[in-house]
Amino acid sequence: MNFDFSDDQKSLQGEARRFLAAQCPTSRVRGVLDDAGKAYDEALWRAVAGQGWLGAAIPEEYGGLGLGHLELCVLAEELGRAVAPIPFSSTVYLLAEAVMLAGDEAQKAAILPRIAAGELIGALATSEGPGVLSPAHLTATVTGGKLTGVKTPVTDGDIADTCLVLAKENGQAALFLVDLKGEGVVREAMTTLDPTRDSARLTFTDAPAQRLGAAGQGVELLEQVLDRAAVLIAFEQLGGADRCLEMAKAYALERYAFGRVIGSYQAIKHKLADMYVNNELARSNAYFGAWALNADAPELPTAASAARIAASEAYWYASKENIQTHGGVGYTWAVDCHLFYRRSRQLSLAIGAPRVWKERLVSHLERRNAA
Amino acid sequence: MDFDDTPEEAAYRAKARAWLDVNAPMGVQQRRAREVETAETLVVAKAWQARKAEAGYACIPWSSDWGGPGGTPIQSVIFAQEEAKHSIPGNPFAIGLGMCVPTVATFADDAARKRFVGPAMRGDEIWCQLFSEPAGGSDVAAVRTRAERAPDGSGDWIVNGQKVWTTGAQFSDFGIVLCRTDPDAPKHKGMTMFWLDMKSPGVEVRPIHQMAGAAGFNEVFFTDVRIPDAQRLGPIGDGWKVSLFTLMNERMAIGGESGAGWADFMDLARQTPGLKGTSALADQAVREKLADWYVKSEGLKHTRNRTITALSRGQTPGPENSIGKLVSATMMQDLAHAAVEMLDEYGIVADGAATGANPIFHNSLMGAPGMRIAGGTDEILRNIVAERVLGLPGDIRLDKGVAFKDIPTGR
Repeated sequence: MNFDFSDDQKSLQGEARRFLAAQCPTSRVRGVLDDAGKAYDEALWRAVAGQGWLGAAIPEEYGGLGLGHLELCVLAEELGRAVAPIPFSSTVYLLAEAVMLAGDEAQKAAILPRIAAGELIGALATSEGPGVLSPAHLTATVTGGKLTGVKTPVTDGDIADTCLVLAKENGQAALFLVDLKGEGVVREAMTTLDPTRDSARLTFTDAPAQRLGAAGQGVELLEQVLDRAAVLIAFEQLGGADRCLEMAKAYALERYAFGRVIGSYQAIKHKLADMYVNNELARSNAYFGAWALNADAPELPTAASAARIAASEAYWYASKENIQTHGGVGYTWAVDCHLFYRRSRQLSLAIGAPRVWKERLVSHLERRNAA
Repeated sequence: MDFDDTPEEAAYRAKARAWLDVNAPMGVQQRRAREVETAETLVVAKAWQARKAEAGYACIPWSSDWGGPGGTPIQSVIFAQEEAKHSIPGNPFAIGLGMCVPTVATFADDAARKRFVGPAMRGDEIWCQLFSEPAGGSDVAAVRTRAERAPDGSGDWIVNGQKVWTTGAQFSDFGIVLCRTDPDAPKHKGMTMFWLDMKSPGVEVRPIHQMAGAAGFNEVFFTDVRIPDAQRLGPIGDGWKVSLFTLMNERMAIGGESGAGWADFMDLARQTPGLKGTSALADQAVREKLADWYVKSEGLKHTRNRTITALSRGQTPGPENSIGKLVSATMMQDLAHAAVEMLDEYGIVADGAATGANPIFHNSLMGAPGMRIAGGTDEILRNIVAERVLGLPGDIRLDKGVAFKDIPTGR
């Protein structure tokens, strides 16, 4: 049994933590939060690219470091801890993973080296409005290589160079690569609960679109892409949830009420114990997801669902109870609690809410059970 | 990251598997969870324990200094995994071998160690742990059972008092008992630990009829029970330290989940009519709960895998191992509750054969309250996580530095 990261992977994680502590203190996150004109932290993005992280899992022949997905998982955890205000998940977990999974040689050569070099920001556009996305009711359509339709919201859509878009072609869903700087694209920045991540409404009118993967395979491919991203995002969520627990604990040990530290009251101790329990269950599920992702195991769909559900719930609980533990001061703009509360919502909703993943999980269990 | 054995572990597993294939008892009727050992099941369990001991598969990590096989914790885990694939008897030795005998072997003299380790390992003798009392459940140190020096100058101790929740006392040969030797000292200072023969005059074992019907626990009454000073474990007044050693061994155990699980719930949902006139598995609320329990179960399973990984690497498992019972006992209760609700009015029916799946969920429903209390209540486990894992302060106590006899008590 070797169900843990290796010493090398842990040392990479330690380096990443030190790097982000220096390069991405929460003051940098606030730099994006407080500046309506700033969609992301460009300097941090360049610094992260300089570390080679954007290409960590991209093969060396495409300009990446050629490390495995386990390395990407430990980096994701650290980016989550830091609430990094950069389009890492959209670019690396979604676009790069999709291209590596289904791209042809030309697509890989065109996109992956630019991602690894920090020259290309990616995004995934699936949602067309409120509610659960249903491929059967997609309105975005590709005809003769031209995309028309509206996607909203698209995380990092206002800053991305290349967008992966779910649309219909000949009545069947497929994923398409669209150059957002090309013709036929109108972007409108959107305000979201988490201004430290970019978001936009994208209107396509005969925008040139290149299919990724085989025709009619869009739903299956999207599921594969989302499964992979779900594991990586679970590590970001886990990093954020652990940081919330650390903040709550630190405050509980310094804040006095009724003559003693509030961390000596069982109401607080038990709340923090519950945070710990949730985070550990999330960590164990995330590890199994990491194993399945790295090994490309048939268990990936259930493992990814479990990782996402556990991590979403752990981060939600930790981020809301971190505010509660801080009391009134935790509700102020000046204290960092809300950065995590906001990010927990962003990460939990961006690739489908937990209830959608619960439904997917049970459907997988039914199929597995029937097999 | 993988789930593979190291070459040494694989070799050990192959050896254990081959031995089990030949030696595991055939056709044993497995004792159902929360049922109590009988004279017949004890005979089978003892025979199996003896066979394992002979082959070096009992108490695997015990050092050869004690007369143990001198194996490793990971070998112990591997053997247990392989053993669980066979229909094996229940384990009435777990408390003795897991907690009592290591305490005796550590704190008793050489003679006692030589006398007791072998027979316990072979299952010839069973041990019980006599700590909890009517006035001290979570507050173990509230021990009132008195041990006083015999007035005859022999140095012997005379013990009077009552213990409670003593698992297996009805068939135990020996026990370790935590006694109050100095009521004038503060609570944690005035206790002393002894071992004793459960057949000593003045020891009376009375089974406790539990709410689920069985009687696996006991009350144990001590009336002028004479214990020689040679049976003292550790110095006079050091009983609390000795008991912490005993309980530390309890927390090292890698527990699985018991009772009905998510797969049982899913089977039941498939077979049961639901809100929409089709199967209950089509009900969205049922599906969401099923997903939650699957995720929790997987979380627990892989938390155990993290612990086993630490053992495999020769490291001490991390604190994550402490969350198991806290999560699984409540899940067991919630899952059983939801299953019974899903059966609607019929969920209440408990008349055996007529009710299909009901018994496993009823067993969980009726067993879960005990699970949430035994071996550390939910509340104590949260305190342990908060204090020992997170480093938060201990609860404010009114009994600190106060002579035990002056501490306020209820009934």
